[in-house]
Amino acid sequence: MDSAEKIAVIGDRESVMIFQALGFRTIYAEKKEEINKAIHDLATSQYAVIYITEQAAATAMQTIELYKTSPYPAIIPIPSRLGTLGLGQKIIKENIEKAVGADIF
Amino acid sequence: MAARVNPTRMELTRLNKRLKMAVRGHKLLKDKRDEMVRRFMLLVRRNRTVRTQVEEILEKNMVQFAVAGARMGEENVREALMYPAQSVELELGRQNIMSVDVPTIAFTGDISVSDLPYGFAFTSGALDKAVIDMAELLPNLLELAQIEKTCNMLADEIEKTRRRVNALEHVMIPEMTEQIRYIKMKLDENERGNITRLMKVKDMMMEQEQV
Repeated sequence: MDSAEKIAVIGDRESVMIFQALGFRTIYAEKKEEINKAIHDLATSQYAVIYITEQAAATAMQTIELYKTSPYPAIIPIPSRLGTLGLGQKIIKENIEKAVGADIF
Repeated sequence: MAARVNPTRMELTRLNKRLKMAVRGHKLLKDKRDEMVRRFMLLVRRNRTVRTQVEEILEKNMVQFAVAGARMGEENVREALMYPAQSVELELGRQNIMSVDVPTIAFTGDISVSDLPYGFAFTSGALDKAVIDMAELLPNLLELAQIEKTCNMLADEIEKTRRRVNALEHVMIPEMTEQIRYIKMKLDENERGNITRLMKVKDMMMEQEQV
């Protein structure tokens, strides 16, 4: 498992293309099934970090939930070119509520 | 009390031992929970700042990139970015935070910001800027990934530990104390019954002797 050394990005073409310049693997997916499949494929082929646009993440929350507690892959929502949906902040908030029992910020 | 136990001495010793163990476990788990929450609070605060930062810069970059795309045409942009100048190499490890295995992600390749993956002839300046900014953002992106994952895993573990602490504190320990009390009462009652019986027998024997 520790041989996972790659980064991938999932999202719509316009938002994701720029990551190609950094050498990330980019996957264009916008439909729910495509996104789910992409996540599963990347997870099994040992990607350590998967960035996913919030728009895409919102449609595939269930799949993301599956990998939430295993060390790899880390699936991280990022804002797309359309701006942020506040999903990332929401996840932080959920974590706090889960751990402390109340939102204390 | 739902589960009645056999009021025997053997059962009493067994229960006493279990209670002692439960109390010790409860104390340990409580300490673990407190320490985990402390660590978690530190991490989550960092998580929040990093995320806000990354989101802000990323959004700016996306706009920059969209401008570049509009100026050059999507086809050209795609062509320019087809071969990445740098490849990301990650060094992955594991870190143990209160017996939770969390990943550590470190970037090993060099971040040569000046390296653009294309020539300057057919590309616009906006694209250069977007790509360079993105490369500068890379360490932050990785830190975000690491911290966010750690927070996810810690939150999960804290929840589990809290459940265990609560189960011990509010169910297991009171139940066992109650059972121990019940057995003690029952044993004492038997003892009293025995003594009265003996006294009665003694009285009867004394009476018989006198007659």
